Amino acid sequence: MITVQLPSFLLVALILFCVGLYGALTKRNAVVVLLSIELMLNAVNINLVAFSKYGLHAAITGQIFTLFTMTVAAAEVAVGLAILIALYRNRETVNVDEMDTMK
Amino acid sequence: MSGTFAAFFILSLMTIGGAVFMISFTRVVHMVVSLGVTFISIAGLFILLDAEFVAVSQILVYSGAISILMLFGIMLTKHNAVEDEGSKGVNRFFAFLIVAVFFGLCFYGIQNTIWPEPAQTAPNAPSNVEQIGTEVFTKFVIPFELLSVLLLVALVGAIIMAKKESDSE
Repeated sequence: MITVQLPSFLLVALILFCVGLYGALTKRNAVVVLLSIELMLNAVNINLVAFSKYGLHAAITGQIFTLFTMTVAAAEVAVGLAILIALYRNRETVNVDEMDTMK
Repeated sequence: MSGTFAAFFILSLMTIGGAVFMISFTRVVHMVVSLGVTFISIAGLFILLDAEFVAVSQILVYSGAISILMLFGIMLTKHNAVEDEGSKGVNRFFAFLIVAVFFGLCFYGIQNTIWPEPAQTAPNAPSNVEQIGTEVFTKFVIPFELLSVLLLVALVGAIIMAKKESDSE
């Protein structure tokens, strides 16, 4: 019988993180960049929960840390979108390569 | 093939498929919807890992709140935004190279590490929600309260930043 082990979960999280990283590096729309960052945070959450079950010192702490990460991610999205809306009002663009006032 | 393995296979396929479709779609609204599929599948993976409370929070926060917030962000900026070709060919190639090298390194690390045998869970352990509640309100009280302050600050900050310009005009 095949059982699911820790490396399978780590591999899924790694693929998810790489897709998110590629999106964050190549996409131009700032909303899509924020979405890719969410994808990377989710990959980290999978790792935390997987280690809280299969790790050397399996404990509930990993799940609690995941809850904290989710809260910070929600705050980050709210502030990021607020910045985006303020920027759109001033510059009429959502492309990250046109946001170069401080260059 | 056990049921757990089948569930893991389907859920991870949906997770990665949603993420890859998000990268390859051209309309931004479609990207958010396919990311919603990814978020729900990740909640399924959490249930496979015996983390029911985290799974429910994942559905509530990510596929509920954050997807809708992103849709609001799209509607308030460019109404029917279409992602064009993205960055130029050279930049795209270098980004792909960096990601591929990172993937190779991490894959090598995962494959060549001897992982510990999974610990046996106690037969009559309290439920997942009960364990999380006990730990949060005993060991992690100070981070928990700090998080509530952080959420309040983020709420006020987001409101001020999003409405400042319309006041001065």
